[in-house]
Amino acid sequence: MYLLSIDPAAIDWARAQFALTAIYHWLFVPLTLGLGLIMAIMETKYYRTGDVFWRKTAQFWQRLFGINFAMGVATGIILEFEFGTNWSNYSWFVGDIFGAPLAIEGIVAFFMESTFVAVMYFGWEKVSKGFHLASTWLTGIGATISAWWILVANSWMQYPVGCEFNPDTMRNEMTSFLDVALSPYAVDKFCHTVTSAWVIGAVFVVAVSAWYLLKKREAEREMAQKSLRIGAIVGLIASVLAAITGDESAYKVAEVQPMKLAAMEALYNGGPDQSLTAVAWVNPFVQPDYQNEEEAPLRIAIPYGLSFLATRSLHGYVPGVNDILKGYTREDGMVEPSVQEKMERGRSAIETLAAYRQAKAEGADEATLSPLLSTLKEDFPYFGYGYIRDESELVPYIPINFWAFRVMVGLGTLFILFFAFILFLDWKKKDIASMNWLLIAAIILLPCAYICSESGWLVAEFGRQPWTIQDMLPVGASVSNIGSSAVATTFWLFLVLFTVLLAVEISIMLKQIKRGLNK
Amino acid sequence: MTYVFLQHYWCFVVALLGAILVFLLFVQGANSVAGSLGSTAEGRRLIYNSTGRKWELTFTTLVTFGGAFFASYPLFYSTSFGGAYWLWMLILFTFVLQAVSYEFQNKIGNFLGPKTFQFCLTLNGILGPLLLGGAVATFFEGSNFIVEKGNLVNSQIGMTPVISSWANASHGLDALLNPWVLVFGFAVFFLARTLGILYIMNNIDDEDIRSRGRSRLIGAAVPFVLLFVAYLVHLLLKDGFAYDPATGVIFMEPYKYLHNLLDMWYLLVLLLIGVVLVLYGIGKEMVNCKSSSCKYNGIWPAGIGTVLTVLALLLCSAWNNTAYYPSTADLQSSLTMQNSCSSEFTLRTMFYVSLLVPFVLAYIVYAWRALDKKKITREEINTSQHTY
Repeated sequence: MYLLSIDPAAIDWARAQFALTAIYHWLFVPLTLGLGLIMAIMETKYYRTGDVFWRKTAQFWQRLFGINFAMGVATGIILEFEFGTNWSNYSWFVGDIFGAPLAIEGIVAFFMESTFVAVMYFGWEKVSKGFHLASTWLTGIGATISAWWILVANSWMQYPVGCEFNPDTMRNEMTSFLDVALSPYAVDKFCHTVTSAWVIGAVFVVAVSAWYLLKKREAEREMAQKSLRIGAIVGLIASVLAAITGDESAYKVAEVQPMKLAAMEALYNGGPDQSLTAVAWVNPFVQPDYQNEEEAPLRIAIPYGLSFLATRSLHGYVPGVNDILKGYTREDGMVEPSVQEKMERGRSAIETLAAYRQAKAEGADEATLSPLLSTLKEDFPYFGYGYIRDESELVPYIPINFWAFRVMVGLGTLFILFFAFILFLDWKKKDIASMNWLLIAAIILLPCAYICSESGWLVAEFGRQPWTIQDMLPVGASVSNIGSSAVATTFWLFLVLFTVLLAVEISIMLKQIKRGLNK
Repeated sequence: MTYVFLQHYWCFVVALLGAILVFLLFVQGANSVAGSLGSTAEGRRLIYNSTGRKWELTFTTLVTFGGAFFASYPLFYSTSFGGAYWLWMLILFTFVLQAVSYEFQNKIGNFLGPKTFQFCLTLNGILGPLLLGGAVATFFEGSNFIVEKGNLVNSQIGMTPVISSWANASHGLDALLNPWVLVFGFAVFFLARTLGILYIMNNIDDEDIRSRGRSRLIGAAVPFVLLFVAYLVHLLLKDGFAYDPATGVIFMEPYKYLHNLLDMWYLLVLLLIGVVLVLYGIGKEMVNCKSSSCKYNGIWPAGIGTVLTVLALLLCSAWNNTAYYPSTADLQSSLTMQNSCSSEFTLRTMFYVSLLVPFVLAYIVYAWRALDKKKITREEINTSQHTY
């Protein structure tokens, strides 16, 4: 009835804008989560010992926390509303499920965070020590609960569970809240994300402390040494936990998003006994010719590594990009159809739904509607494929996934070794303050931590393309009907705004660090 | 709990959040008048430090309002945000600026200077309430959108089967061409400013600021009352967007909102109590606070009155078989509680979650009281560990 003409560039701009805001947001959130934990530990020490040194130390880190926190809040609001402004079809199609975690996040987490952060800043002279300490912890806990619900929402997009399509309302509806809220994918994603955020907080504390020691700042020497130790302890525990949960995360990806794993590994043709690629040459700027190449050139691999990672068996079957496109038999014996077949069944689902709607509008009886509903139910798992024009759309951009995964894992491993080394030196009572090379390394690792963290985000989000909701709705069918010029304008506006604000934040942060313990 | 009850319940929760949000816009209202209330740099700093301890509550309420709307009425979220793109983007843009401005403005290293961020606070203080008020007015005045769920399976549409679209290229800015939307928008703006002045007079123990507040209160409260009364009269006399629950057909009904208030007498009572409380709060501050024994607590009756008034108006836009988000482009595309809400399962699940709200409110009140027991003074700003 209403012929719509959507500029395809609007889809790309909508993706670009969401990626921009998510990338910026993710610069600030991990530090909020990580520093939130560390400053709470420091204030706990003040509460228990009554030593004013710990109060000053906690207040110092809280000042830096505040500068970062504001930017996290500013970039976060855009993300929530962008689901509506830029992905309105998505918001309708799954709003029944996806809206709930966002609402719960607001009610349970945001209010906790925003109420107690004010007490944390302004309450030192106004509330008791215990209430203040509780407020500091609740600020961090509020941020962590917030992460929980947003990651539940994100995980549901990657692994949609606890829902059913309702042909009468033309949308997906929740059938089990617990399946959504406690999805194993969500639990793992939360643990991995939060522990990796603690790593960022730890690297930040260690780097800032290292700078004071490097500059021989006597006024901050004790604070730097003690902060460095706490940072390294938190960092080591968190980076080991991030590695464990990361491994579990990869296992889950293999289970529910095999194409993402194939892209992460640049695995064109899979099979049993697959080795894990350590390094290979994948041109970062060109999508490889996966249909004709056997494997990425100059590949060095760990035998059986990928099979073990993906199936927990050295000989497990891992599908490559071409296997997924052509169809394959999974490790559990289930046959996965070719994408051509999935696309046909997806179109069949759409057509059946159209026929059902028409029949219903014409007042058809149960006997007419029932077979349509069974066909729809049978084909609905491939509904999203009905909107795919070409099978190549189903292959994410391999170079980004491949390199981002390696950067994340490589740097993550480096952090474990680095924190372990610092704690080893500390245990041996070595004078870390005199080891300039180590202090410089600690400072250099700070940008690496952010690169590592953003790489993780790139793997998670680029790897699932073209799906907004895995197998259910591709980005092209999720977008709002807004011209590309409007979205392009807001994209540039936000790019300029966030970049300027980031520059201001870094400048303020550096000055604040230079000032040290002086307010 | 029936599905109908849950639809009404969630409408109430969303309306309550919206009403609390309008009250909390006192942060924006005070910032919009900060330059005049605080005549010196130190005076302005006092004001920013006062609103700076509450801005996150306003911000969080806005986000939760959006989240609750998304969870309970996803078709509204999809249609309004995805359609009135520019209107919402402008609102969000000013709130983004506000979020960093407090923390950044007076910090060393802020190479843009304090005035840049103070300007952002003023901008948000003016545009935030004005545009949010305008957006709320569209609940009564209508918007230019079309909803066609069949697009999802319409092969003619090809690869972009979007179900809701704005019917013109302005993407929401057209609402600001409607004079009644502007009247309501400015009413909310002046209300926020009135509440802001009342809040500052209550929260800051400073005679200079309080005496300026008293004189600025008239300049904010009088236009608010005039604009509000004008809109209320217009609302009661205008045709409203009604729907037939049996057929789902939407139609224009003369004096629909007047009928709604008469049919739902409890909303009328709520509205009247709210209006009286707002006027009492303002009047109390204007008349009584010329003596030195004044407690400057007009913000509380005015704030509670604001919540009750806005709650009554928002419920009047949706309950009693009314289309709460009417379409002027295609009447049958208008959104009602019934055609735009989430499934019964989701509403029921969220009902249990919403039982946490009193607990959340309790700790907010507790923390608020703990921080505001002692009024903010110039001395505190100069000695405190954390100031803006």
